[in-house]
Amino acid sequence: MSRIKVELKKKDVETIRDICKSFENKPGELINVLHKVQHTFGYLPAEVQEVVAAELNVPLAKVYGVVTFYSFFSMVPKGKHPISICTGTACYVRGAENVLNEFKKELKIEVGETTADGKFSISCLRCVGACGLAPVVMVGDKTYGRVSPEMVKDIIKEYEDQ
Amino acid sequence: MKTVKLTIDQKPVEVAAGTTILKAAHSVGIDIPTLCYMNLGDLKIEHKPGGCRICVVEVQGRRNLAPSCATEVSDGMVINTHSIRVLNARKTVLELILSDHPKDCLTCAKSGNCDLQSMAIKLGIREIPNQDIAEMSTYRTDFSPAIIREMNKCIMCRRCETMCNEFQTVGALSAINRGFMSVVAPAFEMDLEDSVCTYCGQCVAVCPTGALTEVDHTNRLIRDLSNPNKTVIVQTAPAVRAALGEMFDLEPGTLVTGKMVAALRRLGFKYVFDTDFAADLTILEEGTELLDRLTRHLKGDKTVKLPILTSCCPGWVNFFESQFSDMLDIPSTARSPQQMFGSVAKTYFADKIKVKREDLIVVSIMPCLAKKYECTRDEFKVNGNPDVDYSISTRELANLIKQANIDFHSLPDEEFDLPLGESTGAGVIFGTTGGVIEAAVRTAYELYTKKKIDSVDFKALRGIDGIREATIDFEGLPVKIGIAHGLGNARKLLEDIRSGKSQYHAIEIMACPGGCIGGGGQPLHHGNFEILKKRMEAIYREDKNKPIRKSHENPYIIKLYEEFLGKPMSEKAHKLLHTHYVDRRKKIIYI
Repeated sequence: MSRIKVELKKKDVETIRDICKSFENKPGELINVLHKVQHTFGYLPAEVQEVVAAELNVPLAKVYGVVTFYSFFSMVPKGKHPISICTGTACYVRGAENVLNEFKKELKIEVGETTADGKFSISCLRCVGACGLAPVVMVGDKTYGRVSPEMVKDIIKEYEDQ
Repeated sequence: MKTVKLTIDQKPVEVAAGTTILKAAHSVGIDIPTLCYMNLGDLKIEHKPGGCRICVVEVQGRRNLAPSCATEVSDGMVINTHSIRVLNARKTVLELILSDHPKDCLTCAKSGNCDLQSMAIKLGIREIPNQDIAEMSTYRTDFSPAIIREMNKCIMCRRCETMCNEFQTVGALSAINRGFMSVVAPAFEMDLEDSVCTYCGQCVAVCPTGALTEVDHTNRLIRDLSNPNKTVIVQTAPAVRAALGEMFDLEPGTLVTGKMVAALRRLGFKYVFDTDFAADLTILEEGTELLDRLTRHLKGDKTVKLPILTSCCPGWVNFFESQFSDMLDIPSTARSPQQMFGSVAKTYFADKIKVKREDLIVVSIMPCLAKKYECTRDEFKVNGNPDVDYSISTRELANLIKQANIDFHSLPDEEFDLPLGESTGAGVIFGTTGGVIEAAVRTAYELYTKKKIDSVDFKALRGIDGIREATIDFEGLPVKIGIAHGLGNARKLLEDIRSGKSQYHAIEIMACPGGCIGGGGQPLHHGNFEILKKRMEAIYREDKNKPIRKSHENPYIIKLYEEFLGKPMSEKAHKLLHTHYVDRRKKIIYI
């Protein structure tokens, strides 16, 4: 896989350390820590994982294992407006794949990628707990329900100038 | 203790609450097949991820089948371990595991010794459905100097992960990704060579399939043995003789030293030597270093670092170089016996038989996989030519003997060649936990007190506990000794030293359970610690049978110093028998 090399500033390392400390550096809090760190940095490059591993005293391989297991975590920076398409069972049977394909076509990127201007990225997630609204798409913190491929263009338009 | 009553296959069973169904069944002699499960008994490692579902059983009143390795018993449970539903489920599970598993069993390194293959035989698999539509993994093969990872053969039992993380605390391996893409790999899927892996080989020792295997040098050895321009000599590590017999269906703990020497001679080695000789040499260097540091310390020299740590075990060296790189000045600078042997063989001995360094091939037979890496290190080469050309494991040697059609059982007992084949009981016990330090004490005691010891058996240093300590009285000077085997135990000891909690004068560490007898290159013990205990007894038996049991009394070692090295820690000895350590931490940091 292609990797993005990042040089962490001293301040960044301190931030990660503080987050770990807020969870008492407990190895069992790994997922919560990663959550918070990703929220702060936008993604989890290898260098960041290394600091987390050292702080929580968890093998680096294990941290990487957790990051690659949960689709929520990402090792590449997400776009300014990260688009998440739910492909959980309910959304999937109600046509999430067509919606996903439409997003890929419109933005000309694959799942896990970010547009060249850094605005949009696409990821899939499994169930946001709003199955009644299937298929569900999230852009940033905003949720869209009963999305059809025809709605995709308009959704993108909402964010294009932001 | 609260107990629980239940019925397994119509047999009434009473076990302690919290017992798993699998263990409850074992307690009344009922066998349930397992695949991912691993119980390492005395090592206190029970791996029960409940992942493979081969061990499922039917529990009356429960909707689905229960994985017996991970399900606790409860009062009144009625269990059937071999109903048609259970048997069908097991077969289906195995067929699914096999559906994306390579079918190259005939040429697989694990063929005949593979748990997956054995399970297929046991469950009578005759065809694998859905093969035409099954996707096969195409994960790249990862070659390191000691271990090969063929992840398309991985069945995700994750035993390796447990050994690497929980027992050894090395942390090189973890399951990554999910679903079909899941695989066991180092962080960021880097090569094993770039990871924190120590090549201890305990992952290989527990891998049920051919996913993790050693780098096999058998064919290279055959080529060299048939080359008339090369003089091929061999050294055999102490632990090999105590386990090799198991590969020929002999009882664990059978000593096969003489037969092993005879087999090596028949394979075509020009000289059959003993690593035990080099172990004696190690003791003179390491023991002298210990005494030097100790006496300087007693005189109040603040620059002296204590405790001194043994440095014979290459897995251990790799471990402290990458994880305790702030303590690189504590271990003894003495090279391991394998490397001391190579160094002496390619100088002193090569001169004696008038063979050029390049034409002398030094092979080692080791219970170890890290030794394969150790001999490739640049510090142990002269103008690119390695002191030890390559190392083969106990398993590889057994396979080679079988390939060469040598009837091991009918071989006579033969003696090692001289001069590098003469050794003492002290050299032999290097193969077991506590042995190196006992050998060192036998010599250091006499050198320090200038008196003969009455009994060379320092029983306080022996045993199987993961961490042990003892104080040996050097005529009024109490010498505090620590011993650890298994890198997880070593870590505990090191952290105590770092924090100043423990104060020892000398510490022996071996990376593998039981020491070299439980090495990653030994015949598979499948977690049966009784086998390791028998190997250990064999080592001490061999020691007892030796006429000389103290390294400094080995006449050929005395001669080696007289003719060649001068005295222990001389300039020449430093150049040939000592080494330095490298901070390998930088390699791990991914920047």
